[in-house]
Amino acid sequence: MEFFNVFIKSAFIENMVLAYFLGMCSFLAVSKTVKTAFGLGLAVIFVLAVTMPINWLINEYLLGETGIFGTDLTFLRFILFIAVIASMVQLVEMIVEKVSPSLYNSLGIFLPLITVNCAILGGSLFMVSREYNLSESVAFGLGGGFGWFLAIIALAAIREKLKYSNVPPALRGLGMAFILTGLMGMAFMSLMGIDPTVYAGN
Amino acid sequence: MAETATSGVVEVKEPSFPFGKKEKQLITDPLMDNNPVTIQVLGICSALAVTTQVFPSFVMSIAVVFVCAFSSLFTSLLRNNIPKQVRMIVQLVIIASLVTVVELVLKAFSFEVYKQLSVFIGLIITNCIVMGRLEAFAMANRPWRSFLDGIGNGLGYGLILLMVAFFRELFGKGTLFVGSPAEMFIIGANNATTSYWINTAAESGFGSYFSWYANNNLMVLPAAAMFIIGIFIWWQRSKNPKLVDIS
Repeated sequence: MEFFNVFIKSAFIENMVLAYFLGMCSFLAVSKTVKTAFGLGLAVIFVLAVTMPINWLINEYLLGETGIFGTDLTFLRFILFIAVIASMVQLVEMIVEKVSPSLYNSLGIFLPLITVNCAILGGSLFMVSREYNLSESVAFGLGGGFGWFLAIIALAAIREKLKYSNVPPALRGLGMAFILTGLMGMAFMSLMGIDPTVYAGN
Repeated sequence: MAETATSGVVEVKEPSFPFGKKEKQLITDPLMDNNPVTIQVLGICSALAVTTQVFPSFVMSIAVVFVCAFSSLFTSLLRNNIPKQVRMIVQLVIIASLVTVVELVLKAFSFEVYKQLSVFIGLIITNCIVMGRLEAFAMANRPWRSFLDGIGNGLGYGLILLMVAFFRELFGKGTLFVGSPAEMFIIGANNATTSYWINTAAESGFGSYFSWYANNNLMVLPAAAMFIIGIFIWWQRSKNPKLVDIS
């Protein structure tokens, strides 16, 4: 039950993009068409879901005072987390390049930039500060990735429809995407504070 | 960005330290027509997080200019020796060590500012401007030009940051440059510790005309930064229609 709660909470209530405004760069730049947004969204789900448990294990068994080195190594947290994320993204990049060269080309620089997507490192740091256990951190990774995926698909779909609207020329594309994201973020603020455990009855 | 290991071989030999038209463009282009935030869409997250006040944004911009310039320089020097499969980890190690330098320098010489910014300085590592420019420019260009490109992009980022922070602090808090030696209290209700230029609580005089004024709390939320940057993009592209993308 806890697993499910964390998933729902991270995907909808505390959505990475729309509630915390993390991972904005690729969110705005790659949301031109639903097709590329779908590809990037899947990549982010994969990276988040894989790095989160790995970073949990690192934080628990290498960095803490109860870990195998027996001393407080938390000052290494940033570098180790980033190294794990970078190697996962490198893996994803090689897979995408082999499997779908057209997606690889349309994502361009934003595929390697998943490494510095704040949502990923931010997710790992949230996991530490909220003291999740292993299964919760898996749920948080999956849920956070899923929320990011939903948000980018939603924005991409709106932007595809906007092509047929009479937007002032200078505001077309990126300018409108900024304003839309601001509005979506304000709408998501109304979800903040909902506690899924209350509705689950415990 | 993928074939950098081989492209280094076919580069045309040029003098290594010129400062001509091309070099000048590398600095000035990112300020407006190729701005990292509004055109290349890089570094938005920190532009939303730090810009509630002007002074932290200013320190942040200086830190990003430094990290951007020197990480571009070092990556460009190493570019022919970095294998493609581990290039991200190498880039991140360079960025992370430079950020550590910035953090230690701030801690040693300006502890007040360090306390104000501590989290955000660490987050320069995940600022996509730095890594974006490494991938897009420094991995394929000579060191001097990469260095200038880093400075230019850092400055372009700082320009947007200061502009957004100016509006957010003025309308969200009624102050400007709080925390720096030049702090100003523009508009608000006087209390025991601060006196504003326009005192909205005044019974008579100039301030009493502003008794309707209240700070806009929306401006403190990240959503306001999205709106301000969106409006800036609107202005920038209506001034220069070549920048409008059809998509």
